[in-house]
Amino acid sequence: MIPPNYFLILSIILFVLGVLAFFIKKDLITMFMAVEIMLNAANLAFLSLARSANSIDGQVIVFFIITVAASEAAVGLAIILLVLRQKKTIKTEDIKLMKG
Amino acid sequence: MGYFLFFLLAALCVGSVLGMIISKNQAYNALFLIPAFASLGGLFGLLEAPFIAVVQIIIYAGAIMVLFIFVIMMINVQKGVPPEKKKWTLYLSFGLAVVLVIELAVALKAAFTLPVSTETLKAGPVNLGRLLFTKYLYPFEITSILIIAALVGAIVLVKKKEQE
Repeated sequence: MIPPNYFLILSIILFVLGVLAFFIKKDLITMFMAVEIMLNAANLAFLSLARSANSIDGQVIVFFIITVAASEAAVGLAIILLVLRQKKTIKTEDIKLMKG
Repeated sequence: MGYFLFFLLAALCVGSVLGMIISKNQAYNALFLIPAFASLGGLFGLLEAPFIAVVQIIIYAGAIMVLFIFVIMMINVQKGVPPEKKKWTLYLSFGLAVVLVIELAVALKAAFTLPVSTETLKAGPVNLGRLLFTKYLYPFEITSILIIAALVGAIVLVKKKEQE
């Protein structure tokens, strides 16, 4: 059996890659994808700890996280479409309403 | 065999996320995420969570990525973002990432030395469903309200205002 530590380390790597993608990318859709990667890294951490504690409560939590992520994706993409309709762009550099 | 599968799936996952970071095209970004989520589903299967693995592939690699690609389809895919003039933001984000790795490793150090249970986990859909409808009944019901709210919110947001 593979020790759950390996999965924890992988989840750290994935989470940091998600944060990095969120900072580097310049368009709203890809930044939104980076958020999904971070959520998945959290799911992996939950499952590996559930495995090492030998309880399936962690799996139920992951089930809820996936549900929340799905509804978050629907609302977030609607907001992105709204921004696109009003500003005609989804690049974060061009959306500077509060920059003066 | 287990180790081979783990490293294969982990490499596939990290590789496709790196591909997403490097690629400039939004459509390619979305396509890169599909193998990432699918291999994560395989990793969930290795962690003895077969039901979650299937849900992951159906909802993430299926539904959510279709939603993303649908929105990208509505947006004209522009030809890449012009190269960043301010290089220092790039270096700053790499520095922040390194700091975050160290911080998470320190935070999870206690978890690395946890005793590992060697018993097999009884995580079939039957046990999961039983837990969902007894111990986690209230969160489950609240989730349904959340989904309704998200659906109505998304429709109201995108709906065009009627001309008066």
